[in-house]
Amino acid sequence: MNDRPLFEYTLGLADDALVSAQRMGWWISRAPELEEDVAMANIGLDQVGQARSLLTYAGELEGEGRTEDDLAYLRDDREFRNVKLVERPMTDFGVAMARLLMFSTYQLHLYRALSAGSDATLSGIAAKAVKEVAYHVDHATHWVLRLGDGTDESHTRMQAALDAEWPYVDELFGSRAPSLAGRVVDPAELRDPALTDVRRVVGEATLTVPEVPTALGGGRQGLHTEHLGFLLAEMQHLHRSHPGATW
Amino acid sequence: MTQTTMPPARQIAASVLDPELPMVTIEDLGILRDVTEDDQGRVHVTITPTYSGCPAMETIREDIVTTLELSGYRHVDVEFVLSPAWSTDDLTDAGRDKLAEAGIAPPGPVHAAGGPVALSLSVRCPQCGSLDTRESSRFGSTACKSLWVCRTCREPYDHFKAL
Repeated sequence: MNDRPLFEYTLGLADDALVSAQRMGWWISRAPELEEDVAMANIGLDQVGQARSLLTYAGELEGEGRTEDDLAYLRDDREFRNVKLVERPMTDFGVAMARLLMFSTYQLHLYRALSAGSDATLSGIAAKAVKEVAYHVDHATHWVLRLGDGTDESHTRMQAALDAEWPYVDELFGSRAPSLAGRVVDPAELRDPALTDVRRVVGEATLTVPEVPTALGGGRQGLHTEHLGFLLAEMQHLHRSHPGATW
Repeated sequence: MTQTTMPPARQIAASVLDPELPMVTIEDLGILRDVTEDDQGRVHVTITPTYSGCPAMETIREDIVTTLELSGYRHVDVEFVLSPAWSTDDLTDAGRDKLAEAGIAPPGPVHAAGGPVALSLSVRCPQCGSLDTRESSRFGSTACKSLWVCRTCREPYDHFKAL
């Protein structure tokens, strides 16, 4: 099989999930409470699972024999196709929850549509993932409501988090390649339903939808922030130091 | 020869325990999808994960192969499938009973994914049967569980989340 446009599309979905999972893992031992360490580890684990299935399928679509591990561990940053939203560091818990709300709401709409799509493999992966992601949306929603409609301090920080993340939301909804019309979900069509959901939570949390300019995209073309290289260095180090090692 | 309701290979595969919930078999969990055996004695087993990232799948694969090999099957392969997606509704009644006996509250019926935030109903305490309980953590020791506390008997317990 050699289906370059679908390979690139699938790789984008896989890399979003994989890079987000790596960032979620950073929170283990750093979250505000023990239960949240466990929550973020579990959410990250779901995302890794989704990434594994998607990377395996991407490897088949490419038709050059690359496995999920080859794709995860042996590509450099310019070959990653994730959006910038998921790759930037987050050291404030409010930022983590703002981002999770945006990203998982997008994923929920994406997977729901893909599960009804014509590509049997993507449909199978999405039908599995949509149930997991619904729980992530629920979790992020609880926190955004609690922090936004909480104390003055939590409200201020939750608003600052939304302001910091909002410029990067737009890139999630970039159009798929024209040649994929009718074959896969066009993320551009998810913009209104997904953002309507996010805005509703933001409003209910007594927060304000930020009026901020859109950040420069390019992640789907391999143009990333400097942060992705450091993330990959950590994620890929072991595999590259011991090629072919198994246990 | 005794009559059995399942082909022998299926019966053997069905006895494999879940490594993270060793009180239930993969048959109880509903993750054993199919076992076929050809006339050469080659066995093909199909299983499905509970969650996409379930880390127990490799161990389950090895356990299936080892268990069948110990029973004399020489060629065993295990395939993972995602579709149709597993649901906690696939848990057998026997599996639910075993979970409850081990102090894990079994899942209720599944709600449609992605609907409005569901009203959380109380989860009955598997120790004393009280409905006066509260969720203490939405995530637990494995992907499939959340953590609850009983207000009546004060015992903490795991709940197998509906998925």
